[in-house]
Amino acid sequence: MAEQHDIVLQLKGLTKRFGEFVANDHIDLELRKGEVLALLGENGAGKSTLMNMVFGLYQPEEGEIWVKGQQLTMDTPSVAIEHGIGMVHQHFKLVPPFTVTENIILGMETKKGLRLDKKSAAARIQELSDMYKLNLKPHARIDSISVGMQQRVEIMKILYRGADILIFDEPTAVLTPQEISELLGIFRKLTKEGKSIIVITHKLKEIMEAADRCTVIRRGKVIDTLIVKDTTPQQLAERMVGHNVKLTVDKEDAKPAETMLHVQDIWAKDDSGHDMLKGLSFEVKAGEIVGIAGVDGNGQTELVEAISGMRPTQKGKIQLGSDELTNRNPRDVSEIGVGHIPQDRHKHGLVLDFTIEENSVLKSYFKSPWTKNGIIQSDIIKEETERYVKDYDIRTPGTGVLARSLSGGNQQKIIIAREIERKPRLLIAAQPTRGLDVGAISFVHKQLIAERDAGKGVLLVSFELEEIMNVADRILVIFNGQIVGETTPKQTNEQELGLMMAGKLERGFAHV
Amino acid sequence: MSKMKGLVTRLRQESVWISLLSIVIGLIIGAIVMLVSGYDPLLAYQSLVEKIVGNSYDFGETLRAVVPLIMTGLAVAVAFRAGLFNIGVEGQIVMGSIGALLVGHFVSLPPVIHGIVAMIVGTLVGGLWGMLVAWLKTSRGINEVISCIMLNWCALYISHIVIRTLMEESGTGRSKLIQESASIQLDSLSAWMDGARIHWGFAIAIIAVIGYSFFMNKTKWGYEIRAVGSNRHAAHYAGMKVNSTVLRAFFISGMLGGMVGTFEVLGVFKYVAIAPATSGLGFDGIAVALLGMNTAIGIFFSAILFGALMYGAQGMSFGADVPGEVVRMIISIIIFFTAAPGLLRMFFKLRTRKGRKGANANGNDSVSS
Amino acid sequence: MKQTKKFWVLTLVAALFFSVALTGCGGKNKEESGAANGGAHSELKAGLVTDLGSVNDKSFNQSAWEGLQKLNKETGVQVKYLEPKKDTEIITSLNQFVKNKYDLTWATGYTMMDAVKQVAGENPNVKIGLVDAEVQAPNVASVLFKEQEGSFLVGVIAGLTTKSNKVGFVGGVELPVIKRFEVGFRAGVEAVNPEAAKNMKVIYAGDFSRVDKGKSAAATIYNEGADIIFHAAGMTGNGVFNEAKERSKGDKKAWVIGVDMDQSLTFGDEVTLTSMVKKVDEAVVKVSKDMIDGKFPGGKTTYLGLKENGVDIAPTSTKNVAPDVLKKVEEFREKIIKGEITVPEK
Repeated sequence: MAEQHDIVLQLKGLTKRFGEFVANDHIDLELRKGEVLALLGENGAGKSTLMNMVFGLYQPEEGEIWVKGQQLTMDTPSVAIEHGIGMVHQHFKLVPPFTVTENIILGMETKKGLRLDKKSAAARIQELSDMYKLNLKPHARIDSISVGMQQRVEIMKILYRGADILIFDEPTAVLTPQEISELLGIFRKLTKEGKSIIVITHKLKEIMEAADRCTVIRRGKVIDTLIVKDTTPQQLAERMVGHNVKLTVDKEDAKPAETMLHVQDIWAKDDSGHDMLKGLSFEVKAGEIVGIAGVDGNGQTELVEAISGMRPTQKGKIQLGSDELTNRNPRDVSEIGVGHIPQDRHKHGLVLDFTIEENSVLKSYFKSPWTKNGIIQSDIIKEETERYVKDYDIRTPGTGVLARSLSGGNQQKIIIAREIERKPRLLIAAQPTRGLDVGAISFVHKQLIAERDAGKGVLLVSFELEEIMNVADRILVIFNGQIVGETTPKQTNEQELGLMMAGKLERGFAHV
Repeated sequence: MSKMKGLVTRLRQESVWISLLSIVIGLIIGAIVMLVSGYDPLLAYQSLVEKIVGNSYDFGETLRAVVPLIMTGLAVAVAFRAGLFNIGVEGQIVMGSIGALLVGHFVSLPPVIHGIVAMIVGTLVGGLWGMLVAWLKTSRGINEVISCIMLNWCALYISHIVIRTLMEESGTGRSKLIQESASIQLDSLSAWMDGARIHWGFAIAIIAVIGYSFFMNKTKWGYEIRAVGSNRHAAHYAGMKVNSTVLRAFFISGMLGGMVGTFEVLGVFKYVAIAPATSGLGFDGIAVALLGMNTAIGIFFSAILFGALMYGAQGMSFGADVPGEVVRMIISIIIFFTAAPGLLRMFFKLRTRKGRKGANANGNDSVSS
Repeated sequence: MKQTKKFWVLTLVAALFFSVALTGCGGKNKEESGAANGGAHSELKAGLVTDLGSVNDKSFNQSAWEGLQKLNKETGVQVKYLEPKKDTEIITSLNQFVKNKYDLTWATGYTMMDAVKQVAGENPNVKIGLVDAEVQAPNVASVLFKEQEGSFLVGVIAGLTTKSNKVGFVGGVELPVIKRFEVGFRAGVEAVNPEAAKNMKVIYAGDFSRVDKGKSAAATIYNEGADIIFHAAGMTGNGVFNEAKERSKGDKKAWVIGVDMDQSLTFGDEVTLTSMVKKVDEAVVKVSKDMIDGKFPGGKTTYLGLKENGVDIAPTSTKNVAPDVLKKVEEFREKIIKGEITVPEK
């Protein structure tokens, strides 16, 4: 088969079961030398399981793994590493206080007598970094470099160990748009040098941009392998979810009414005590979705936290209708009528070791009917949660399982159900679709629009321009702690927005 | 989707199974150690069992040894659930015993009421002492482990000062006795058990186990404590007052510790000794809570296991001349294997499960992706 | 994160337990069957419950256990010991012997007093020997030592040996029994060197098991110019020896007078001037033999002083103490035994 291509990795009939659940069902796949192969599938389709088998973290029940013409038994990751396979995980495995070099040589330290030979390691890292244009500083500490850079350290770790088959698990989930395009550049550089890459993803745009071929997996089975340049995003999406999907969102024009949220000249500090919000003002009206566009780190997090009561403000005024929100505690803010889908669902949105039931009352557990005389009314909560599961299509074996055991999309649905069902007047959605697949994204967007249409104010904070352009009725651009521009999706395009986000263009206030 | 449910239950079962296996391995290694050192392990274990349940006196004393372990196990667990390590139960026990001693000795009240009042006072003193740790943490950011250890010694020396200045029975190195009306011993049950020191604490411990389970799982305060302990950021986001929850958890933890102190004074000794070190019951409680995985039922059984082993140690010593340290060693092996379930898996080459567990430990992510 | 934290906590706890286990795991061989001697009284059984120490404490408990071992060799009586690890276990350990019908059970230390009183009261038919404390019960034989008399003799040695005319005393906890050491010592010093007695510096460490406290107490006293310290502080006293060893490196000599057993055997004779020996072993043997002969001194308190050979200076004293000083000691011994001198105890 396919003699004209040099096949570096071939999987034949790989099967993995967890109990009765078949995570991978006789998967066949091949990776050619010097290509980028995308592995596309919804959350829970079995992509990560497959790659974990290739990397030796799981053992298949059936099937064979061939690497460069040799059949291997992947007992442990060390076998994989030995044969030139490296994996960049979604969650980095780095030691923050160590330097780049120390992290890279961790586990394979070369020693000069008893001393670590860091010097020659650093030199080698510098050399590799120059070769692939990774731009790494070997002596920088991990905790002082950006997430994008940390990812490159992970890539370097693999290259340093001599890998020529690189597996990336959702590499762009944590990156800014800028960093994403840089990463895709690195991919091209790597394949030019003869490396082969598998990217696990569900982002169609990136596949179209960077991959040569795309293997689609659905419910543990290979559905198809497509040549990327001969296909369209629409086609890919359909293959992935198994039915027609719309990539754009249908919505009517907004009918803004009275002012709901009123933010005036607020100042707030970031975690290290520096001024982050510098006199920021805007309004959100009932019945409109206001999108806050901006590069990560320009004050979005602080803004959302300031409104929701999680971060004190030094100056300024925040009001919801006629209610004062300035420097109230999170409980008051939420009771006054603010719903908040937080940016980090693992850190803030959920208690992962709580059940779905417990998570669904995280903000209202203390009130009747969930609690009577201090005693939690589990039956009522269970009933209500079952309704959420049905109405919001949360896929779970039951309401009593831990939130940790659900996929990201379903976890997000719990949060959305909880926040919407509390009937807030204002809904803040921060990065509400981060890490979700196409189906889940469109679900979230529909919910936001439905809330708008029900006369609520919606504040959408996102780093994804596409999302802002698709969903928002009005766009505010945040840069360096201030609103630097205001526009609408109809009046602008992604290029212009990109310039505004970079602080290179100010415009818009005239349009109000 | 039912596969997920199966998975969850399996994991749950697995931890129980690991605990049981650890116990067996602990006993086997203990036997090997005894064999190598020239003792008879069969005779030793026979003596151990005889000492624990052999006659009504020893059985009663075993119960007496188990009671404080249940309570300290629960005390440690409450703090654990709030995400904090209460290594200061020792000091809370001391403070509780002083509170009970003062009321038991100086105040005159009718029987039963006297005991109840003394217990309440001791319990509250222990709770406040525990809350001091939490206050230092929430208001000054002092690590609770450090303040706990320091406050343990403070409590001990405070007890010395109180006894010396107010109520030392001269020449004995202990306080004067409490009044008989403050005793919480169950005399009739004691007599029936051949003089074993049975007191109200036994019933209270059982109530505490049930109460702990109810409190943690069914009340809003328990819900808050678990939320704060599991993810304090999410708790803050959800509008809970993280600091007051921590204070509350430590107050409860300290009360459970203080209650142990009152048991020892009102039910066992009737006095407080000017001791050079604390009792160690609080430290044992850490082991009990960990082996019991912070669940009510787990703590109940691990307290019984530890209490019985520790009390039975004397029997091994007496019947088979095995030093009591061997029992401590067995306990430590049990804890060790519960702590490192990976080791057990390695022993038994449980390959297929290894990958599974690894995934859960690594990622905060979904099970099935 | 959480998993790892839990792992370390558990490992720590396991290590704690293990270290406790190891410290106690010295080679032991506890039951001495008297069969080798034909065992004239091998049907009799005697037990020992230590206070919260161990039979390897190089002091009190060890001495008592050595007494029982000697008894076994001489008479064939079966002997056994139990070491309670918690104060709640004292009573159950006593009961273990009592309920197994031991003919005599020994309890060592004042901490046992309440437990002995209770067990003796509940079991009027058993016999209990109690060392260092007194219980008024017809089935308890209490043994007290006249520590003041032995302390007087080491006081004489100190008073005559000191070059700086300053001596010191480090006590464990200020209990009546420890006070007897101090008072006797002071009287002994005063008898031969009143100036040194006036300069005497006394520190109570407040603890019997804190080496560090003993060391700092000793440092304070040596710093004030004393050259001899008598300690009656159990393990706390080890710190006194440590401090003396550090100071004795130059030509200046810092002496320690040991207690309970001949401590020069443990700490070496470079700093151990002499020791005030309490013959717990002798007392245990004597009372046990009385029991065998049917003359168990129940309800009585036996006081053992110089006359009864219950206290003495260590036999190795000749090594560091000048012969004329030892001669003086013998003179005082005679006077005390004859009753010409009564050593105060308070």
